[in-house]
Amino acid sequence: MAEAHPVGFQWVVEAKARGAKVIHVDPRFTRTSALADTFVPLRVGTDIVFLGGIINYVLQNELDFRDYVVHYTNAANIVSDDYRDTEDLDGLFSGFDPETRTYDPASWQFAGQERNGSDRQHHATQRETASALQHETHGMSLHADQPRDETLQHPNCVYQILKRHYARYTPETVAEACGVSQEAFLEVCEAWTKNSGRDRTTALVYSVGWTQHSVGVQYIRTGAILQLLLGNMGRPGGGIMALRGHASIQGSTDIPTLFNILPGYLPMPHAEQHTTLEEWVDSVRKPGAKGFWAKAGAYGINLLKAYWGDVATAENDFCFDYLPKITGDHGTYRTVLDMIDGKVKGYFLLGQNPAVGSAHGRAQRLGMANLDWLVVRDLFEIESATFWKNAPEIETGEIVPEECRTEVFLLPAASHVEKEGTFTQTQRMLQWREKALDPVGDCRSELWFFYHLGRMVRERLAGSTEERDRPLLDLAWDYPVHGEHDEPSAEAVLKEINGYDIATGRPLSTFNEMKDDGSTLGGCWIYTGVFKDGVNQAARRKPGKDQSWVAPEWGWAWPANRRMLYNRASADPEGRPWSERKAYVWWDEEAGEWTGHDVPDFEKTKPPSYRPPEGAEGVEGLSGDDPFIMQGDGKGALYVPQGLIDGPLPTHYEPVESPFRNPLYKQQGNPTRKQYDRADNRMNPSPPEEHSEVFPFIFTTSRLTEHHTAGGMSRYLEHLAELQPEMFVEVSPELAAERGLEHNGWCHVVTARAAVEGRVMVTDRLTPLRVEGRTVHQVWLPYHWGSGGMVAGDSANDLFGISLDPNVLIQESKVGTCDVLPGRRPRGAELTSLVAGYRHRAGVDTDVYPPIVTAGAGAVTDDEGNPTDNPSEADT
Amino acid sequence: MIGKNSLFGPVDPAKEAGYEDHPPRKGFFTDTSICIGCKACEVACKEWNDVPDHGFDMLGSSYDNSHSLNADQWRHVAFIEQPRRTGDQEPGLRRPPVDLGMPTVAPNGNEVTLPDGTVGEKPDFRWLMSSDVCKHCTHAACLDVCPTGSLFRTEFGTVVVQDDICNGCGYCVPACPYGVIDRRKGDTDNGKAILNEGVAQKCTLCYDRLKADQKPACAQACPTESIQYGDVEELRERADRRVAQLHEAGIMDARLYGNDPNDGVGGTGAFFLLLDEPEVYGFPPDPVVTTKDLPHMFNRATAAALAMLAGAAISFLGRRG
Repeated sequence: MAEAHPVGFQWVVEAKARGAKVIHVDPRFTRTSALADTFVPLRVGTDIVFLGGIINYVLQNELDFRDYVVHYTNAANIVSDDYRDTEDLDGLFSGFDPETRTYDPASWQFAGQERNGSDRQHHATQRETASALQHETHGMSLHADQPRDETLQHPNCVYQILKRHYARYTPETVAEACGVSQEAFLEVCEAWTKNSGRDRTTALVYSVGWTQHSVGVQYIRTGAILQLLLGNMGRPGGGIMALRGHASIQGSTDIPTLFNILPGYLPMPHAEQHTTLEEWVDSVRKPGAKGFWAKAGAYGINLLKAYWGDVATAENDFCFDYLPKITGDHGTYRTVLDMIDGKVKGYFLLGQNPAVGSAHGRAQRLGMANLDWLVVRDLFEIESATFWKNAPEIETGEIVPEECRTEVFLLPAASHVEKEGTFTQTQRMLQWREKALDPVGDCRSELWFFYHLGRMVRERLAGSTEERDRPLLDLAWDYPVHGEHDEPSAEAVLKEINGYDIATGRPLSTFNEMKDDGSTLGGCWIYTGVFKDGVNQAARRKPGKDQSWVAPEWGWAWPANRRMLYNRASADPEGRPWSERKAYVWWDEEAGEWTGHDVPDFEKTKPPSYRPPEGAEGVEGLSGDDPFIMQGDGKGALYVPQGLIDGPLPTHYEPVESPFRNPLYKQQGNPTRKQYDRADNRMNPSPPEEHSEVFPFIFTTSRLTEHHTAGGMSRYLEHLAELQPEMFVEVSPELAAERGLEHNGWCHVVTARAAVEGRVMVTDRLTPLRVEGRTVHQVWLPYHWGSGGMVAGDSANDLFGISLDPNVLIQESKVGTCDVLPGRRPRGAELTSLVAGYRHRAGVDTDVYPPIVTAGAGAVTDDEGNPTDNPSEADT
Repeated sequence: MIGKNSLFGPVDPAKEAGYEDHPPRKGFFTDTSICIGCKACEVACKEWNDVPDHGFDMLGSSYDNSHSLNADQWRHVAFIEQPRRTGDQEPGLRRPPVDLGMPTVAPNGNEVTLPDGTVGEKPDFRWLMSSDVCKHCTHAACLDVCPTGSLFRTEFGTVVVQDDICNGCGYCVPACPYGVIDRRKGDTDNGKAILNEGVAQKCTLCYDRLKADQKPACAQACPTESIQYGDVEELRERADRRVAQLHEAGIMDARLYGNDPNDGVGGTGAFFLLLDEPEVYGFPPDPVVTTKDLPHMFNRATAAALAMLAGAAISFLGRRG
């Protein structure tokens, strides 16, 4: 956090000054470790063992916050008898189909609901379209009356299943798998549990490298289970905080730059499954379910009205047919592979430098070199605009500048101080930015670019009678402009996002005012309220010292200016604070409403004693003690019956590239992961495959404080470039001795994809670990360099192949295996043959791809849970 | 007017320099125990003061690629890796330390003597970070030896170079007991004109910003408030409280450096909280203003001259006899 988020780290320093204990778990000793009270190094890719070990410690010693767990989580829910755990099936859950490597989740459901949610997409489709988690963000499709055992004794209740699932995640296993000493592990267990309960809360903070694993979503889930068990969610000082990688990454999921969702987490419609507005809305609303998604129709219709204005009417389903539909995997990696295959003709890159910043840099560059056209908008002439003349592939002859067919349009962009608008940070808080300077020369804002691009395309199409042009021509594309360059008004856009009453123009105050009859419009329902009373609430700058400690008048947080989600959980089931020290939101019996320091994340006047009438659904179906109001059952999900492709509970799978056999199950890696088996995407072998010793070391990458991600904002500036002027590789003194590496000399790191060179930094900040009885070395590389800028160097992301988490299609780019050699890497054809030689010795240069399913025979079951033959070979 | 403590001992430097009515002395308290080594201070300083880059060489000195304080580096963040065990990892994998036969500060590398005389254990592997800067000494030798008056004492008690007066003689460079002040070199490779080439350069404590009632750029940029700016008197009290707090928390290595008005330079305007001996951070352990002995030397030289004259006279007398 100190390394990549130094400004945010000031609050950790402040907490420390007030007595907080800071624990840092990381493969290497970083700037954060330097200020932490305890540093725990672990083997990269074993986080589920580590956190699962803490869950086991909590459950075995009954240290969970029992009142919280019973009332606010699904611990008491009883799961179907058909459910089989990874403990029973060697690392697979019941319902696995080895053909598609996906599950039929029927047996994962709560008892009596095995066939519930028949509208569920097949998991294989969900994996293609990254749509599984919509169940999670949109709440599960659960019936209001769940069979529960609040004594938590029923053998098939979630609590007992959890206990069995993690029973083998003992301190010994943690030491074996993670390389963490039992003493250090128990110190973390004790610190975490002692600092949780009625009087105390613990926060879990991670940076987004944590998500970049083939089990990325399940990493976060493990943290969530632990925080729920200890009662650390929805309470002050608790929570799970994701530190984003750039300014407004939260904003770019709220109003997304992703292929699978629309603003406000509405799903992108699927061409086959959502053929009508009603089908689309029902897939979100889930008739019969509890919770706030019941009004999804209004949110969707307001978005369509914001897009197509007067043309969108009830008669034409508010132009639902105009929305683009998805048909499969349109993720960034699929797109790049399609570019290589000649299926994609044009590409827009805005503030992104995939030639350096994305996994498998060579694939990125070869893809971009095979386009008709490429538009790059950036502050500098980054590698993604210059790959045709300075990519590493020029040396190897794979890209020939004179022959490269891609026409590159490089357009200069205005920087964040040269334009106005909002940033949304990790607390979901929107903060308005003023423009400090006019951009120089031809530099323009993104808003200017897209507004005028749209305007010009529409002018070009004017008069067209083609049906396909209607969505563009019917767009409500009229924003006030000002200044000599006709800059659109960012405030007008924010006003439209907030939403307003169409007849009167009155800005909406809350999303509850959104109508499904077309009389209101709003571009992103969760942002409604940011322009409440016609005032730009995001621009509020009342100093913290002039208001309460929650500081509600600084900026504006969605939804409805709540600073903490699910804060009903900060009070006990009767609505009283769990303790005076941790009082946050509570029920005021006299006034008959919820009150407190923050805006209550609950219906204001629904008393804690409220119980829904029989058959109630939607918001009405939530009890007075159901704090997780966006979940289908109002409960925090320790166990997730729907919405995850790789299973209802996080399970340790080895990274796709690992020098070790999975110590817990025969199933080696995530069986459901997304993999692209292609000759240009070879993965290093892992056990039980042979030859993993060709790549004996583990490597991981991350950031330095001195540079920003792919370097586009730092390597081109002298005052930043000089601070870390060269690409380097951090190794332990032991590995340096083993491989003959000289401090400040050169070395190169080799994988099946590439060889990357850097200066050697021998440091005690990296330490060899004892894992499964042998010593393993970990190597660390920063990923900021490329062939451009004031300080050039090889790019660490070239080392990675492409394999993805099945739920959200994020790449595994924080762990791989490698070899390290002294000296500089060879050049040209010699480089190509070095890497090819490694592939050959590792046995990964043929068209035979190793099986992903390695669980033993009998691990795959039929509908009744009986073992069936596993078509993939059982390992030996 | 030369007073008793004009060259040595506690004194109010601004008053000593002749400012009758002046603002309180300003300075920095750099608390290295919360420095995260982000180098924002280095960048903010260079941006505000138009300091050029210092070259693009990787030094291999942990994360320090700025080398030292010099003409192109008015803030410098040191990174010190103190290898011991990392975390609780298998110590058997470590090579045994090589005994170089050198005297060490602590008799046992892992022990530290606490103020009450008991012996405690030093922490595990540490990565110390510290942002260094001109000390703005109470007795500034650079200023004392400057023949042109380019270096002067400001009303804030700080020491500033006037670029347009400095003639580049370089007397100030060896006079500084900390090796801070430095003449800016030209760009011989490119033959490019360099701002203030040949002129002595160092931190001005952002004199221009102070005049506008603004914090110096480095302190403004520091995210963790490791660099604290303010009235020296108040900062010294704050530093004492911080050391006491750290001692109470069991961090017995914490100590102040440069806060004592009775030290060799009369205390510094920019002083530090360190977690180890000053030498570990590259600070001189007991700096003394190089002009301390000027009066003494002057008296000696005068006496020697008189003695020589007397001797000469006597020798003449002798001949007559």
